[in-house]
Amino acid sequence: MAASDETVLRIEDLHTHFELDDGVVHAVDGVDLDIRRGEVLAVVGESGCGKSVMARSVLRLIDRPGRITGGHIWVRTGDGTEGTDGMADMVTADARVVRSVRGKRVGMVFQEPMTSMSPMHTLGNQIGEAIMLHESVTKAEARERTVELLGRVGISAPERRADEYPFQMSGGMLQRAMIAMALACGPELLIADEPTTALDVTTQAQILDLLRSLQQDTGMAVMLITHDLGVAAQMADEVAVMYLGSVVERGPVAEVFREPRHPYTKALLRSVPKLGSRSRERLQPVRGMVPHAYRRPPGCPFHPRCDEFIAGRCDVTVPSPVPGPEPSRVVSCLLYEEVSA
Amino acid sequence: MLMQSEHTSPQADDFDPEAGRASPWRLVWRKFRKHKLAVAGAIVMLFAYFVVAFAEILAPGSPSAVDERHTYAPPQLVQVDLSWDNGVQLYVNGFRTERDPETFEQIHTIDPRQRVPITFFARGDSYHMWGLIPWDRHLIGSADPAQKVYFLGTDRAGRDVFSRIIHGARVSLSIGLIGVAVSFVLGLFFGGISGYYSGVPDTIIQRIIEFLMAIPTLPLWLALSAAVPSDWGPLMRYFAITTILSVIGWTGLARVVRGRFLSLREEDFVVAARLDGCGRGRIIFRHMVPSMSSHVIASLTMAVPGMILAETALSFLGLGLQSPAVSWGVLLQEAQNIRAVETAPWLLIPGVAVLVTVLAMNFVGDGLRDSADPYKQ
Amino acid sequence: MLSYLMRRLLLMVLTLGAVSLASFFIISLPPGDYVSTLQAQAESRGEMLDDSVLVALRARYGLDQPFFTQYLKWISNILLYGDFGQAFAWNSRPVADLIWDRVGLSFFLSLSTLLFVWAIAFPIGILSAVRQYSAGDYLATFFGFLGMAVPEFLLALVLMWVGMRYFGQSPGGLFSPEYQDAAWNLGKVLDLAGHLWLPILIIGLSGTAGLIRITRANLLDELYKPYVVAARAKGLPEWKLLVKYPVRMSLSPFFSTVGWLLPGLISGETIISIVMSLPTTGPLLLSGVENQDMYLVGSFILILSTLTVIGTLISDLVLAWWDPRIRHRYQGG
Repeated sequence: MAASDETVLRIEDLHTHFELDDGVVHAVDGVDLDIRRGEVLAVVGESGCGKSVMARSVLRLIDRPGRITGGHIWVRTGDGTEGTDGMADMVTADARVVRSVRGKRVGMVFQEPMTSMSPMHTLGNQIGEAIMLHESVTKAEARERTVELLGRVGISAPERRADEYPFQMSGGMLQRAMIAMALACGPELLIADEPTTALDVTTQAQILDLLRSLQQDTGMAVMLITHDLGVAAQMADEVAVMYLGSVVERGPVAEVFREPRHPYTKALLRSVPKLGSRSRERLQPVRGMVPHAYRRPPGCPFHPRCDEFIAGRCDVTVPSPVPGPEPSRVVSCLLYEEVSA
Repeated sequence: MLMQSEHTSPQADDFDPEAGRASPWRLVWRKFRKHKLAVAGAIVMLFAYFVVAFAEILAPGSPSAVDERHTYAPPQLVQVDLSWDNGVQLYVNGFRTERDPETFEQIHTIDPRQRVPITFFARGDSYHMWGLIPWDRHLIGSADPAQKVYFLGTDRAGRDVFSRIIHGARVSLSIGLIGVAVSFVLGLFFGGISGYYSGVPDTIIQRIIEFLMAIPTLPLWLALSAAVPSDWGPLMRYFAITTILSVIGWTGLARVVRGRFLSLREEDFVVAARLDGCGRGRIIFRHMVPSMSSHVIASLTMAVPGMILAETALSFLGLGLQSPAVSWGVLLQEAQNIRAVETAPWLLIPGVAVLVTVLAMNFVGDGLRDSADPYKQ
Repeated sequence: MLSYLMRRLLLMVLTLGAVSLASFFIISLPPGDYVSTLQAQAESRGEMLDDSVLVALRARYGLDQPFFTQYLKWISNILLYGDFGQAFAWNSRPVADLIWDRVGLSFFLSLSTLLFVWAIAFPIGILSAVRQYSAGDYLATFFGFLGMAVPEFLLALVLMWVGMRYFGQSPGGLFSPEYQDAAWNLGKVLDLAGHLWLPILIIGLSGTAGLIRITRANLLDELYKPYVVAARAKGLPEWKLLVKYPVRMSLSPFFSTVGWLLPGLISGETIISIVMSLPTTGPLLLSGVENQDMYLVGSFILILSTLTVIGTLISDLVLAWWDPRIRHRYQGG
């Protein structure tokens, strides 16, 4: 593989399937992504496009009946003994390696802070546990660091809060605690899975600010899963647009949003209001809706909803990634394959 | 998981055609069908109630016919004669009867040399079908009405255990249904009040339930059934026992109903109905009751076997139904004495009937409970 | 916490008051009384009791007084002197003399069964949930169904029959004949232990089956909750994770099962002791019920209910100690 030193996560042709009674759902269907050190990547798309499943696959957190059925997820293990270039493939790594990556190399923040913390244990217990798992520290040291972490994520009176239970706190405060927990061992990649969806608007902004400043302080990479294009534009350096389990367009966020290439990206951008746009045009929702999980359209998965659908072509051929126009941009659409062919 | 809105689109034809449209009951049925054990249980249950309906024909004899010459006769297994002399012949072996030289008790042993031919729709004890139609045919029985056969042996008085099990099903299986019906009314009423109004009525009802649940059931049942006058007829006693069982049985159901009401009250569609200005009655009966009926039916199915077991236990102790009424518990009372079991182990066979029925009902109840909420993933 | 405890204790006293009234009401429900039972017995022997004798008997037993007078007399004697009244059918011996030994054994038996049920049901339930759809899970589920469907007394009969038929064991009882009336010593305790396992097994069966199902369902509910995934994302090893988070969570409803498990066990114990003729409350209760020995029966129901109510209270307190959410609710008011 050709990962540079700078790559902290490289996903190659990842497939995660859910084998249900009524059929197989291809939740993630051939995703390619990579994240470099210190980079913020936003993964955007409608609900159900497989963003969260993709994010969870990275740490092998897929519960039955889901299963990673193919591809590679390369992450740094740091010790240089696993895999090539000090990287290990999470898809095939044994449980010990997977555990050493979880929490230590890659931290994760979840959607619903209220249910993502055990109500039976204090914050201090749950955060300190993460530290003690990966580093040889005493209970007292772990606690000291927990309090320090809680202070760093902006929780007031961290000494007292460390002894409280999740149900004694607000959602915003809990999400701060979750972030503290994910950062406990100084990971080089933080996966934030819709970290603000369950919060109210003001709290959302505070959490995003916190994430941004923490990222700048520590220089860690962040994979931000969101369905909110505004959040992506505000936070990210790079953006990957997902539709039905695969990445349809990817590149620097400014370029992709200024000049989208894939019809789906275009449609998504038309559906959000633009600040300062003078035209009083109506917002256009993306036409139609995400097809049923078991009925994946043949050819390009987006063709039934596409404005630029070419009959006899888009519903037959599966598009492959096409680079351009800028060097770091890729789009999976037959419109551009024609041009480059 | 993927669908968010109900807008139609050009793509609508591409969806699972029934996922969004099938009625809740169809969805319940579809989920239920997947539980193999539950379906098997349902078949057994239907068969059991079929037996209840046609007990007179299906039983080879009258449940109360006494045969002094054949007390504690062992079961006579049906055998097939394959010698083709007269086509396929069913028969059982006859008895050889001796007397114990010391106790003068009859001892019956199966004698392989004797053959008693068996036919279908044999002439036997006469009866009134459903108390109306006089008849004397039985589905299976001895070809010679004078020669009695006992497929599952006889008891102390020489009564046919098999016929008694079939007739006993009537009482045992119906007591469960009636008992649960009474519990259902009580449970739905109190549970509904408790769950919908909360506050003071809820507190009072919860205290009553806690109070009833604090008393160990069996001692309470014992004391209550002792209060049933011994000179009451079988029918009165039957209803008295049923009432006793359901007076205690409703608490569990009331809890289920209350729990459902409490959680439904917070559901968006109920809140929406309330905000729309729906009346209380309309909210309860049009919105809440339909969406909890599948749960209630599941709990009811789970409660029937409990009632059957309770009746069996009470009658077994001699405090429930009493002879001449026939129920599985009454039959098992014959086996209360371990000496009797030693002489005639087949007296335990009614227990197998209890076991199979209760098992089947539990399977059905479990399957129903799992499929009660068709929209749950 | 203290105010919660006080409130619970007050509630318990009220419940017990209601139970005592109800049990006294129930035992005085049957038409006639112990004297009419005596009369019937005398008649069946061909004797006739004079009316004046009947009146005298009723006066002696206090049966001629109105319901509430009788109740108040009964309950105040219990509360003030620990006097539960007299057992008519036992030559008017004090009920207290007759029952405490038996109640003690009953309670001991129920408690042993409770511990047995926990010890068996809990690990099996957890394994069954963690290895959902494995052969072991199917086996446990099947056993769960079977255990709930078998009437306990039937199982007792079958096991006793098997024991007698194939092992030549004397059925029933809690003591071998030589220890029957002996004072308590080590030999008697060992003898008791040797006899105890079979009743424990039988009484515990349906409770075990029920609890396996509950534990399994509780744990399955917890097993896929977000907090479990979040804990896994920290890098916890599976077993440590399981024990610390979902198992701990699923134990909360587990503790509250004591409330229904205990009355069930006492019921099971009652019927099993009748079938297996154990020297516990069951046989005495049954004969009391048959003879309309009202003080005996009333005292039994009262004592068994009291033990159940206390057991439930203890389980609630344990639950509060165990679950910070519940503890917090009490502290908050």
